[in-house]
Amino acid sequence: MRSLFKFKGGVKPPTQKTQSVGEPIAAAPLPSHVSIPLHQSIGGTPRPIVQAGDRVLKGQKIGEADGWISAAVHASTSGTVVHVGPQVVPHPSGLAAPCVVIEPDGLDTWIDRQPVDISALTPEAIREALRDAGVVGLGGAVFPTHGKLTASKTVPMEELVINGAECEPYITCDDLLMRERAEDVVRGAALFRDLLQPKRVLIGIEDNKPEAVAAMAAAVKAVGEGFEVVAVPTRYPAGGAKQLIRVLTGKEVPAAKRSTDLGVQCFNVATAYTAWRALAYGEPVVSRVVTVTGNVERPRNYEVAIGTPFAELLALTGPRADTQGIIMGGPMMGFLVPDAQVPVVKATNCLIAHSTALFPPPPPEMPCIRCGECARACPHELQPFEMYWFSRAKNFGKTQEYNIFDCIECGCCSFVCPSRIPLVQYFRFAKSEIWAREAEKNAAESAKARFEFKQFRDEREKQEKAEKLAKAAAAQAAKKAAEAAAQADAGENPATDVPALDPAAQAEAAKKATIQAAMERARVQREAAQPRNIENLSPTQEAQVASVDARRSDTGGNENNQ
Amino acid sequence: MITAVAVMALGAVILGFALGYASIKFKVQGDPLVDKIDGILPQTQCGQCGYPGCRPYAEAIAKSEAEINLCPPGGMEGVRRLADLLGREVKPLDAEEKPKAVAFIDEATCIGCTLCIQACPVDAIVGAAKQMHTIVAPLCTGCELCLPPCPVECITMKPLVETVENWKWKYPVYEIQAATPRKAA
Repeated sequence: MRSLFKFKGGVKPPTQKTQSVGEPIAAAPLPSHVSIPLHQSIGGTPRPIVQAGDRVLKGQKIGEADGWISAAVHASTSGTVVHVGPQVVPHPSGLAAPCVVIEPDGLDTWIDRQPVDISALTPEAIREALRDAGVVGLGGAVFPTHGKLTASKTVPMEELVINGAECEPYITCDDLLMRERAEDVVRGAALFRDLLQPKRVLIGIEDNKPEAVAAMAAAVKAVGEGFEVVAVPTRYPAGGAKQLIRVLTGKEVPAAKRSTDLGVQCFNVATAYTAWRALAYGEPVVSRVVTVTGNVERPRNYEVAIGTPFAELLALTGPRADTQGIIMGGPMMGFLVPDAQVPVVKATNCLIAHSTALFPPPPPEMPCIRCGECARACPHELQPFEMYWFSRAKNFGKTQEYNIFDCIECGCCSFVCPSRIPLVQYFRFAKSEIWAREAEKNAAESAKARFEFKQFRDEREKQEKAEKLAKAAAAQAAKKAAEAAAQADAGENPATDVPALDPAAQAEAAKKATIQAAMERARVQREAAQPRNIENLSPTQEAQVASVDARRSDTGGNENNQ
Repeated sequence: MITAVAVMALGAVILGFALGYASIKFKVQGDPLVDKIDGILPQTQCGQCGYPGCRPYAEAIAKSEAEINLCPPGGMEGVRRLADLLGREVKPLDAEEKPKAVAFIDEATCIGCTLCIQACPVDAIVGAAKQMHTIVAPLCTGCELCLPPCPVECITMKPLVETVENWKWKYPVYEIQAATPRKAA
């Protein structure tokens, strides 16, 4: 038995998981339409490679990965593309982002799925295949998986952690996945093991999921691997990557360092599962398991096509009459989606039907009494009350001194706060403000660099022009002198040529004339483009216009007379 | 007596050399305050302050020749930061604050005269003579310097729209609800 470590802080909210584990994962029926956001991972936004009107098959690539840290996007069912453009996406802002909307044909026809021979591929080719299959971290951060599959060059890999902790209340999608599809999860973990070459592979699962632990242990034995399945104590947020690494290995990942610098890498179980499906079955990520729970009659886990509208998915479970809104994610870190029509994305692990009975509105915020409860609960050993003061006062420099960017927004501090202060919201505000300022500062700096270069260029051009002119003038003078000498030699009369216009002035005049002509052309064009309300008039209207014109010219005449 | 004088004189000579050396070796080029002020200014180079660019305005502020509230793109936030840096009083902005915008060229009307390209201080317009011009939106600082030279008035300012990428979490503010009046006992 492996001796486990503890992470500091954490809380124990009611788990609320039993409601949705009663029934196996069901395949959700095809929705009326799927709206697939192109940007479903950290990194570059994939470029759309289909147009409205195109026929697509299930698993066909519709968005090409943009850059290395980015992941491709695929059609989640077969049908016709009806729209490529901005649609509402599951984001707290409720804003629209580029999406591909597909109307299913009901056949759900797969593309020609080609399993990849993993043993024949180089690690680079495998990483590329994962990127093109759209495999991203399904624990919620949606970081492109291939970007995490390169071992540090200096530090030998020691542990590979497979994260099946699933610590947030209500969510059971990873639990059910491990119970039902443990073997594919283990094979996916073996794939990651082959790429990273760690000494040990540890699968961490919270001890409130004994069935999943048993299923995974059995699958490890069945596949014939030496992975260790470890039940970790249930304590939120044990499923945070840094927390699980701490519990399993005792290693503490410092701020501004990656876990690979300590020889550890961590993946979610669902990520391992999709990576294996992508390579061994040729199925890109077009669906995921989503827990649908909360204020519904039949909470359950569904295998859902990416792009399914929340409302249609929720309707399957029979939401109760007093349901108001849907939470995406868990009650600790999730957010109320602003629109029930937003689509399921790769980051959607859970939908909770929200009702005021289930989640009463927060009582009014009271002043901070500096009790320090939040600091005791913080799993990252930060001082939330200090960060709160500075965020509230918009003193962002100070919040950074208190390491606000190490905050994982787990919500433990808000959970324990006796004054019910929404601490995490203050931290999110401060973080996005700092990011915006950083971006602004960078933009200003690059603008300044370009301005300085332009000044330098203008100066250089002026100098070059002056040199050229001087040269030309010298040449002219030499020519004239030569001519004069020749004339003097010939003994002819001095030339009687009219002092011609200076060539520079001539050029200037010609340029002015062209600009004038172009302006005239543009004016005519603009007038032609502008609609006039005196076209296509009926005879009566024309008569009216004529009479008004006559009156106008009359009064104009009178005024002149006065 | 003489020894004391000699020791003091020797000390003076040595220290004099040290100070002289330091003043040459560690000489600061330019005014560091100007750099700090320039760092706060938004670098749009728009000239709305009445100076030909951000740096000249920064120099004028450093010499106390200019007020700190003349920069409209910097907004009140910029005025506050300048006031913090210089220990001056915050003054209301000497212009109205406009939402951030970028220039947009109506490509159907553009005649390709290159006048806007010459006017753009930050090289955010591409094009060539008699070729259509266009604005590289991420590089545009919204200084509006390209508007007056355009002979066909085909440039307009378009306010920046909020997207998922640049959206910011709002300051947590809660509606204060009126307490339900208690019934008189």
